[in-house]
Amino acid sequence: MNWFKSQDGRGFLLALPAIFWLGVFFILPLFTIVVISFMSRGAGGVAELPYTLAHYDRTFGVFSVILIRSIRIASITTIVCLFIGYPLAFFISTRKNRNFQNLCLFFIILPFWTNFLVRTYAWRILLGDAGTINAILLSWGWIEEPLRLLNTEFAVLVGLIYGFFPFMVLPIYASIERFDFKFVDAAHDLGANDWTTFWRVVFPMTLPGVLAGSALVFIPSVGAFITPDLLGGTRGLMIGNLISRQFGGSGNMPLGSALSVVMMAVVLLTLLVYVRFGINREGDD
Amino acid sequence: MRKLFLLLILVGLFVPVAVIAQDDAEVEPWVCPEGFEGQTLSVYNWSTYIAEDTVPNFEELCGVSVNYDIFDSGETMLARIRQGNPGFDIVIPSGSTIAIMIREELLVPLDKDLIPNIANLEPSLMDASYDPGNLYSLPYQWGTIGIGYSTEAFPDGITTWEELWDYDGSVAWLDDRRAMFGVALTILGYDANTSNPDEISEARDYLIERGANVVTVAADDGQELLARGDVDATIEYSGDIFAIADECECDSYAYVIPEEGTNIWTDNMAIPVDAPNAELAMVFMDYVLHPQVGADISNYTAYASPNLAAIELGLIDADYLEDPAIYPSAETAENLFEITESDADTEQAYNDAWDELLIFLGG
Amino acid sequence: MAADAKVKNHVQDIYVDENAVRRDMLLRRIGKIGLYFNPIFAYFFLWSPILVLVIFSFNRSRSVSTFTGFTLRWYNNIFNGVMGTEVGFSTQNMLLALRNSMIVSFSATIIATIIGTMIAMSLSRSNFPGKRILDAVLFLPVVIPEITQGISLAIFFNVLFGWWQSLTGQRIFPGFHTIIIAHVAFNISYVAIVVRARMANMNPRFEEAARDLGANEWQTFRYVTFPLILPGVVAGGLLAFTLSLDDFVVTFFNSGVGTTTLPVFVYGLLKLSITPEINAISTILMVISTVLIGISMLLQGRTALR
Repeated sequence: MNWFKSQDGRGFLLALPAIFWLGVFFILPLFTIVVISFMSRGAGGVAELPYTLAHYDRTFGVFSVILIRSIRIASITTIVCLFIGYPLAFFISTRKNRNFQNLCLFFIILPFWTNFLVRTYAWRILLGDAGTINAILLSWGWIEEPLRLLNTEFAVLVGLIYGFFPFMVLPIYASIERFDFKFVDAAHDLGANDWTTFWRVVFPMTLPGVLAGSALVFIPSVGAFITPDLLGGTRGLMIGNLISRQFGGSGNMPLGSALSVVMMAVVLLTLLVYVRFGINREGDD
Repeated sequence: MRKLFLLLILVGLFVPVAVIAQDDAEVEPWVCPEGFEGQTLSVYNWSTYIAEDTVPNFEELCGVSVNYDIFDSGETMLARIRQGNPGFDIVIPSGSTIAIMIREELLVPLDKDLIPNIANLEPSLMDASYDPGNLYSLPYQWGTIGIGYSTEAFPDGITTWEELWDYDGSVAWLDDRRAMFGVALTILGYDANTSNPDEISEARDYLIERGANVVTVAADDGQELLARGDVDATIEYSGDIFAIADECECDSYAYVIPEEGTNIWTDNMAIPVDAPNAELAMVFMDYVLHPQVGADISNYTAYASPNLAAIELGLIDADYLEDPAIYPSAETAENLFEITESDADTEQAYNDAWDELLIFLGG
Repeated sequence: MAADAKVKNHVQDIYVDENAVRRDMLLRRIGKIGLYFNPIFAYFFLWSPILVLVIFSFNRSRSVSTFTGFTLRWYNNIFNGVMGTEVGFSTQNMLLALRNSMIVSFSATIIATIIGTMIAMSLSRSNFPGKRILDAVLFLPVVIPEITQGISLAIFFNVLFGWWQSLTGQRIFPGFHTIIIAHVAFNISYVAIVVRARMANMNPRFEEAARDLGANEWQTFRYVTFPLILPGVVAGGLLAFTLSLDDFVVTFFNSGVGTTTLPVFVYGLLKLSITPEINAISTILMVISTVLIGISMLLQGRTALR
């Protein structure tokens, strides 16, 4: 018992409250839904024995449409965030004036202090059939009939890109910040043009930021619930909505658990890819 | 079904009486029994389903405070109570849900000595098949499900489900699976309450096929989508459409009971198991069944009132009483169906079919 | 002299492909234009929804397509306690929800900051079996989707309370305790990560020096370690507070009756009672959160300077 008096032992004691809290209120619940996902559905949607794979059958059967849609939406969200976010991060980090840089960052973060629900709702105003965008396009005579923007997959995409954009910009900004632009001069001296320099020098060296940003955007997008709920209608339904339905109206706890477990697996797989490629590269630097 | 007829006839009979009695109607105000001061009551009700001052008045009369929470579908409420009552004293399920909750022992029996105003209720709505003898529940409001539409998009009106399926524009459906399946089953010529899985699948496929114009399956907020112009027509509970029509004081919105037939329902007040304050809940029920309070609720929500005393005393708006979209005529009533109790397997079959429908709808 | 001439000759020998140069310059110009165009687009994208929301909160008509005139009607309605047609959504209830949010966020922040700081110190200062696993587990709450966290915990409580009831016959209702427990569970990680980052930048020599000068363990912590990591602790706590205050999904699945927090209230409002007052409420909420976070940033900036 003397170990507890050593530096390491005391350190372990310090970690105990967190170990307890995360163990009981995080790990144990996750373990519970893994177990429940293999159980049968009883009357009223509760879990009961015997064990079965039926819910996974259904998850990869009829629900696969939504599973694939969720992964597709999350992927497109990530790619678009990257396309808008990288140049923006590049622009900000290459400003000479430090205060101007901070101001630029500030104006990216500021909208995100507003409640997520309110920000998502704002897009309902913009995208509605009788919404702002349609009103402007109609008054300019660009369209005859209102475009259907709300309650589509497009609306969910816009909402997600909007919701998670800073998660892409900030890590990339941090990466470019640390990037030494002497490498660019060196590449130019060696005869590379801007295109080659960017793809062979700048981009690979800022890849850790790109990968971190992509993971930070992709992961919450796959599990999104509020955005498709408020903007998606029937056409933008995502896996998160179906999960929540299983614990509400559709009353099928084991199926909801199975869907959650699969979603968790997708997320952990993404992380694995990130750890495999992202962290290794950082080590190479 | 027979009961409904009786009810409709009764209502028909009393309308003239109501008009005559209106002038000298003087109702004793409701008095709260002693001994509840400082207690708390938690009510779990549908959205937009009570008059603005019903709860504040009750709080004042009894010296209690009320937690008022809302749900957007019967299934959501049921799921929450099934997962262990989080602390509600009163819930307001529809008839078929009452039957399920009685079967699963999720309700506690009422003590009718605490609810003298039961006498005010319409007899034909009492002793229903889902709760014989009203041991667990008392009627709150009743109404139909139909199509709320914008008169601008449908200048000639709309009379059938078929027209809604064929409409080229944005449409919202209602997240009430049993009612929606009931409609499809009726159109297909089956029993609206079938427990045959093949018929349920057929109804699901029918709905998916007809739902190409559906942009969202609204959770009891279809009227708001209609009012904002997000959709041109929505399947909704009757009163919700009248509510927006009243609010805008315009003729832009109309409600129709489609010719092919639709769901007629009765919502009931009941006390869920493990309710922290069942006694106060019953006092609240008595309060709601008071003619004036009941009339205020129906006049605000524009649903049909089960409170016969309120109708007889002429407390219900005559406009509403005479509106066949609220109190359907006997002729219309022939095509209306009630949702009845289903066994656990059938309930799951409907739930699964509804999930599958949502996945493929509109896509 | 001779060497110089040689170099000169060499330079003249270099073959310049004018087309390639022209192409490269064009590329650069396009890149430059893109680089300046992109922020314009990005900032427009980020700010237009918010501007539209604010503008239409002052619109006389209910429409969100045309601005028909300036009015403060919707704000007046809110201050007079009216919020559209739904009875549950009164200003009074919103203030109640705000109060509930504060109770939850403060409690969760205090607990999570203490526990999170402890584990951060533990992980960066000592070594024990299972530390690597603990390290990985600590990151999980950051990456596991909120909906999975919320639902798994709700099921867990459900099972737990069921057992408790069958054991003692007493029923536990979900409420502040379940929400606070859930918030602490995801906040510990955020606090720990922020504090660890601070500790990683800290020179351990300070602590060694304190101990060499005869300070005991507690004194070292109280007078050396803690002041040094304080900015990290404050930053972690603020992050936890913000996340807790903004959380909807986890709260939604774990709340009981009468513990509606502000985000849950707003969600109900957005789902079930879309009235023009919402634009006004959103604007008010936006102003409040901006001011709150502005203040906290200022405070944080001060502490960081110290």
